[in-house]
Formats: sequence, C-alpha cells, structure tokens
Amino acid sequence: MASTANVGLAARPARAVGGQADVVAIRVAIIALLVVVWELASASGLFYRDVVPSLLAIGTALVKVLANPEFYHHLGVTLLEVGAALAIGGTLGLLVGFALGGSRFLSQAFEHYLYYLGPTPKIIFFPIMIMWFGVGPASKVAMGTLSCFFPIVLSVASGMRQIDPVLIRVGRSFKASRWQTAIKIHLPAMRAPILNGVRLGLGVAIIGTLLAETKLSNVGVGYLIMQAYSVFDMPRMYAMLIVLFTLAIGANALVGRLAGPAAARRS
Amino acid sequence: MATQHSTQSSWAAVLFGFAVLVAATCVVEWMLRLGLLNRYIVPLPSEVMLSLPRIVIEEKIAGAFATTFLECFYAMLLVTVVGILTGILLYRFTALRAATETWVAAAASAPIVLAYPLFLVVFGRTMTTIVMIGFIAGLPPVILKTLEGLAGTRRVLVDVGRSLKLGAWQMFAKILLPAALPTVFVGLRLGLIFCLINIVGVEFLINYGGLGQVINDRAERYDLAGTYAAIGFVILTSVLFFIVTERIERWLRPQT
Repeated sequence: MASTANVGLAARPARAVGGQADVVAIRVAIIALLVVVWELASASGLFYRDVVPSLLAIGTALVKVLANPEFYHHLGVTLLEVGAALAIGGTLGLLVGFALGGSRFLSQAFEHYLYYLGPTPKIIFFPIMIMWFGVGPASKVAMGTLSCFFPIVLSVASGMRQIDPVLIRVGRSFKASRWQTAIKIHLPAMRAPILNGVRLGLGVAIIGTLLAETKLSNVGVGYLIMQAYSVFDMPRMYAMLIVLFTLAIGANALVGRLAGPAAARRS
Repeated sequence: MATQHSTQSSWAAVLFGFAVLVAATCVVEWMLRLGLLNRYIVPLPSEVMLSLPRIVIEEKIAGAFATTFLECFYAMLLVTVVGILTGILLYRFTALRAATETWVAAAASAPIVLAYPLFLVVFGRTMTTIVMIGFIAGLPPVILKTLEGLAGTRRVLVDVGRSLKLGAWQMFAKILLPAALPTVFVGLRLGLIFCLINIVGVEFLINYGGLGQVINDRAERYDLAGTYAAIGFVILTSVLFFIVTERIERWLRPQT
C-alpha cells in the first residue's frame, strides 16, 4: 500500500567505526533482548491468553503450517494471483511509461494525474473490483494490477527521460529505426529503472492482492490468516505472518539484486 | 521567448489531458445510456456526481474526515517524536547505526499493513489499532531521513562549530539540527503519506470510522453511485492532501 512513495529510503552504509565484530555483537544483543522481552511478556499473564504466545508455540505452528500440503495450495493461488497481477500491471505500466517518457506533451498532459493517484490507498477500489470481476481470484488479480501499475509507470517514464541523449544521437547517426532504437538503446539503458519499478510494483502487488484476500476470499494466504484470526489460533497466525513477511521481503530483495547497484542507488 | 513558448505548450498539454478525461467520462456515460455497458456494474458518471452532495450529508463526511484526521494526527505525533529521537540516537552511536540501519530500511519496505489482524487481536477493533498501524508504517522514513540529514551536514559547518568550541548540545541545536531540517521534513512528509495510506486502508478493511468506512457502508448497501462517489471523494481528499504537503515542504525548504 505504501511502496509507491518508497523513494529515497535505501539504507546507506554507516562508517565502519566500531568494526564488524561490534556490529554483530550489537545485533545479537538486540535479538536476544527481543527474545527475552517476548518470552517474559508471554509468561507474564498481562495479555489475554495466546495474544503473545511463546516462541516455541510459534515455532511449532510454523513447522505445522509448512508441513501441511493444504498451505501450499493456498500459497500457490496467492503466488499465481500476484504473478498475474505483476504481468498485467507490469506490461501496462511499461507501455504507458514508455509513452509518457518518450513524449514531453503526453507527460505534461497525464503524468501529474498518475503521480498524485499513485500514493492513494488502492484497497478502497476493492468494492468496484468485486462488482467488475466477482469475488473469485480475478478481483484479487485486479487489485494487484491496479496497485503495481502506478510505481512501474512512474519509474519507467522517469527512467526514459534520464537516458543519456548522446546514446539517442548515436542511434540516429547510425540511422537506427524506431524499433531498433527501442531494442538497442532504450531497453538496455533502462534496465535499472525498469527493474526498480518492478521491485516497487511487486511489493505493492503483494500487499494489494493479500489485503483483498483478507477482506473477501475463500482461498489464498490472506484467507488463511483471517481464518486463523477468526478462530483465535494466534500461533498459526503469527506463523503465517512470518511466512508472508519472509516471502515479501525475500522477493523484494531478489528483484533488487537483479536490478544491481544502480537501482539500489535510485531507490 | 523560448520560455513563453514552453509555458504555452505546457498549458496546452494540461488542457489536452483534462479534455481527454472529460471526453472519456462522456463516452462512458453515452455507452451506459445506450446499454453497451452494464448499469448494474458501472453507474452513470452524472449519477455519481449528483451523489457527491448526498454522500457528504448522509454519511456526515465532516465527522468521518475529522476521525481520519485525528487518527493521522495521533500517529504522526508518535512518528515525529519516536522517529526523530531514534534518528538522533542512531546518528550519535555509530555502531548501533551500522547494526540497525539496514533493519530500518527493510521495515520501510515490509508490508506492515498485512499484519492488521494481529493488531486487531492486540488492540481490539478500536482507533488504537488504526493509529498503531499508521505509526509503524510512518516510522521508518522519518528515522532514515533524520539520520541522513544529520549525517549529511557539511563538514565545514561542523568544523566552524568546533572552532567556536560549541558544546554537544550547542553543536546539535545550532549546527546539526538546522542543517538536517530540510531532509527531516522530507522524511516527515513521506511518513505522513505512509501513515494516511495505511490509516484509510485499515479503516476500510476493519470497517471502523473515518473515510475508509464511508466506502464500506455504501458498498454494503449496494449503493452503486454512492460507492463510486465515496471512492472519488477519498481519492480527491488524498490528492489534495499530497499537493498541500508537497507545497508546504517546498515552502519550508528555502526557509531552513
């Protein structure tokens, strides 16, 4: 929901004053402190039963979730929905981004609408998506598509404007056709912004799809989370959230790695 | 001369964009009236526009707006205090910064809002749940931008402070903080945007108060034109909000 505005937030390496050993020691100390605080909170009885389950209970639930074949069916549905959303939203985003980035007139005419619509909460469109596409997976794909379209368009359009004009002039001097210019100059020069847009788009597509699943669905990981919530099976809910966050952050990191250091600097 | 031409062409483009939007709306209205589009799925745009005043009165939009504003205010108060203090703390202790900065950056891209059922269990279906999600979503950009602003203070300014033998507090108040303020404001604006998106989204998801609930109420009553109008109203409010915060940020930056 929020990744559209996720620009300029990449961590920069801090000066290595304390050394790597100090950093590792601090990290271990923080994790240990969190574990102790969690276990104390769990055992304290200050919270309703199971609101803060022990880490052992969460670990056991995690193993059970991962060992359950039904979970993979739901995970498969969610991954398919996110993949379809990214494919549709990404293709549309690329096409519109190329059009806006390649024409100053079109950019001035339409880009400000996309710029301001981009950060609005997309989940509020869900009632419309249900009316248009029904309560099945199609409405979730539509939510994911809508979510990822904006960051991809804006990233591609901005990346296209930043292509070195020398490269374009070289293409012209070689009398490259429009198609050759797109394939040989624009696409290679825009690898980083495209992948960066896809990375941002993937993050919000996952959020859009899963939020839609939590709101109204009978299949998918979002549905499983709401099912655990409705029967107050907190360890299972924590386990599911751990899997979900690991997948979301892992997918984000994977695309970020594909984009390379140039995209990391842009983000 | 060239600037004048550029301004004219820019206005022509903006007008063209607006004209295309109006034309598209007219085409949808025409297709609906001809029965080419299903009126049970897409209401007439004219009906949607006529529904806007009805939504404002029936749904007590002012109250819903005030609720969302209050939630945003509480969340941003927490974000500002905790975010800036944490940023200062991480700047002050370099090893702590090296150990945790990547974690904070990872939290900025983490789908926090997906954990809303967890917040519901911990805080109940109350305003606290919404405020806490807004707070956690808005925190990382403020921490990172505060840190970036403080760390990006020009070396010469710090050296001037040292040559004047400023104390630690004086150095912070007179040199570091003023130099970091523009970047801190960028962080606060980003935090506010993250906050608002998540707050309206969670209001809609848990159907509890504010602008998000207005949409839910209309959709549950299958008031088609009303649902579209409510969504349009929330979008309009969000866009106006982003424009205003952007202007404030631009206005503040040269002053600092």
